[in-house]
Amino acid sequence: MSDVSVDAKTSAPGPNGPKDNTRRRFLTVATSVVGGVGVAGAAIPFIASWNPSAKAKAAGADVEVDISAIEPGQLIRVMWRSKPVWIVRRTEQTLAELGQHEDKLKDPGSEAEQQPAFAQNQYRSLNKEYLILVGICTHLGCSPQYLKNGAFNEIVQGVPNGFFCPCHGSKFDMAGRVFESVPAPLNLVVPPYQFVNDTTVIIGSVAQEA
Amino acid sequence: MNSFLAWIEARIPMMRVANMHAIQYPAPRNMNFWYVFGFLATIVLVNQIITGIWLTMNFVPTAEGAFASVEYIMREIDYGWIIRYMHSTGASAFFIVVYMHMFRGMIYGSYQKPRELLWVFGMFIYLALMAEAFMGYVLPWGQMSYWGAQVIVSLFSAIPVIGPDLVIWLQGDYVISGATLNRFFALHVIALPLVIVILVFLHIIALHEVGSNNPDGVAIKHKKGSLSETEKTPYKIHEYYTDKYDIADDVVPFFPHIVLKDLVAFCIFLLGFCYVMFFAPEMGGKFLEHPNFEIANPLKTPEHIFPVWYFTPFYAILKAVPDKLFGVLAMFGAIAALFAMPWIDRGTVKSWRYRCGLHKVNLLVFAAVFVFLGYLGGTPQEPWKIIASQIATIMYFGFFVALFLYSRNENTKPVPARIPR
Repeated sequence: MSDVSVDAKTSAPGPNGPKDNTRRRFLTVATSVVGGVGVAGAAIPFIASWNPSAKAKAAGADVEVDISAIEPGQLIRVMWRSKPVWIVRRTEQTLAELGQHEDKLKDPGSEAEQQPAFAQNQYRSLNKEYLILVGICTHLGCSPQYLKNGAFNEIVQGVPNGFFCPCHGSKFDMAGRVFESVPAPLNLVVPPYQFVNDTTVIIGSVAQEA
Repeated sequence: MNSFLAWIEARIPMMRVANMHAIQYPAPRNMNFWYVFGFLATIVLVNQIITGIWLTMNFVPTAEGAFASVEYIMREIDYGWIIRYMHSTGASAFFIVVYMHMFRGMIYGSYQKPRELLWVFGMFIYLALMAEAFMGYVLPWGQMSYWGAQVIVSLFSAIPVIGPDLVIWLQGDYVISGATLNRFFALHVIALPLVIVILVFLHIIALHEVGSNNPDGVAIKHKKGSLSETEKTPYKIHEYYTDKYDIADDVVPFFPHIVLKDLVAFCIFLLGFCYVMFFAPEMGGKFLEHPNFEIANPLKTPEHIFPVWYFTPFYAILKAVPDKLFGVLAMFGAIAALFAMPWIDRGTVKSWRYRCGLHKVNLLVFAAVFVFLGYLGGTPQEPWKIIASQIATIMYFGFFVALFLYSRNENTKPVPARIPR
């Protein structure tokens, strides 16, 4: 920092120039910072307006489902965020069969994060009687078919029930776990959900830990 | 870094253009607050373009969906209300700064030789801006949108022989309809903004060719070789100007001197703009008219119908003439007269500072008449207003007639050769 005065017009030394450039530098920086804050603030509405609108959020809200009328072995479909969600009431026998074909599965222990923490178990569910899955194949997004009462036997020998994707032949068992040697890489997704009581489930959020 | 910049500069003249048109552009040192409105108009144009782009992301340009989509933007999009109010307040702000900018040109004679084309480009911008604002106002498809469009489009029916067919062609239907809305949308968001941006570019290029005028109307560029070294500006001015002229010690470089002054004005402008945007976006029904909060209804005209405030002076002239064709002609004539300013004014002294007292009075009366016409055109019809608007219309045109007459042999004060210190 030289203390030689500088003429403001010519940047050459002269009598009219500022004696001290630190004032000018401070003002320049302060102005730039305030201006930068202003621009950043003005940018907020433009960035935030790209978020889902109130309408889109309402359409993506939690869905409450009454499951009291589901027969054993029956599958019902509900819509959550424009996606099909399956709710299957599994029989004791189906649950027992889940452990018998784990050698044919890619990820029997649900290591990949395709489910909330509460569903990382053999049944991939909170209440093992009810299987709740997003019914979209993890390969290319088709919705697999539910094959029950032995119909799945034709797909996988010895497994009476399961899901079969008609698009590219991916196969899933009655916990949504994917079989070996199919195109789908991952188990079916378990959405976040919680039981309000024994007959009502809310899809879209998990219960807060007490 | 420097070699990278040199690499770029050798391929596209970024710094040369920046130096020529901003950093080393010679601006008269006596520019006063009247000279901030061009900068503000540019800022508002940028605001309109950015907020406009964001509005199109959710606007639905159909007769069925437009009104609801504007409500959707206001209520359901995060910050949608602020973006829409920036756009609607910006429209009015645009006209405020443009009217100030135009009046500046009038009082300091900035339309006179050699700035005739500069003025004409500016007038074309003004014309395009009016078309842009009108079509934009139709888009929300409220009652005023619909009936405003009805009235403005019907103006063309006054044209003899082809008028009625022309109106149908413009509407794309037998009434103002979704087809009209759709084409207005296309013109509003693509065609006219492009035209305006190109015209602004031409306006600035023309300005920099002839140089900025100033409140004294004194030339800052002098014939090459006519100034001594001590009379020349000590500032670094771009060779584009110094090669052709001697630039007097009456200038400052555009950056930082004028830019910083403009930024101060911008801050003050923002205070007013934000106040309106946050606390009075409808401005008591002047910026956003109350009937426009009701969806367009082709069966029911609102009780009082007038255009948005910036059109009301011309609307008053239209209403003042008791004949359809001549009313429309008078209205367009009022704008055409402004176009012709450089040739109506036969004087050679630019600034009103050195012109006769009558000229000052004439300008101030003209401004007052323009505001008064705006009042008359923007308030409900009453019997006395018919006479008043007829008198005001005559006075509006009287400004140009008087200017044409007295500017021939005007008693002017001597203009200094250099900007007074």
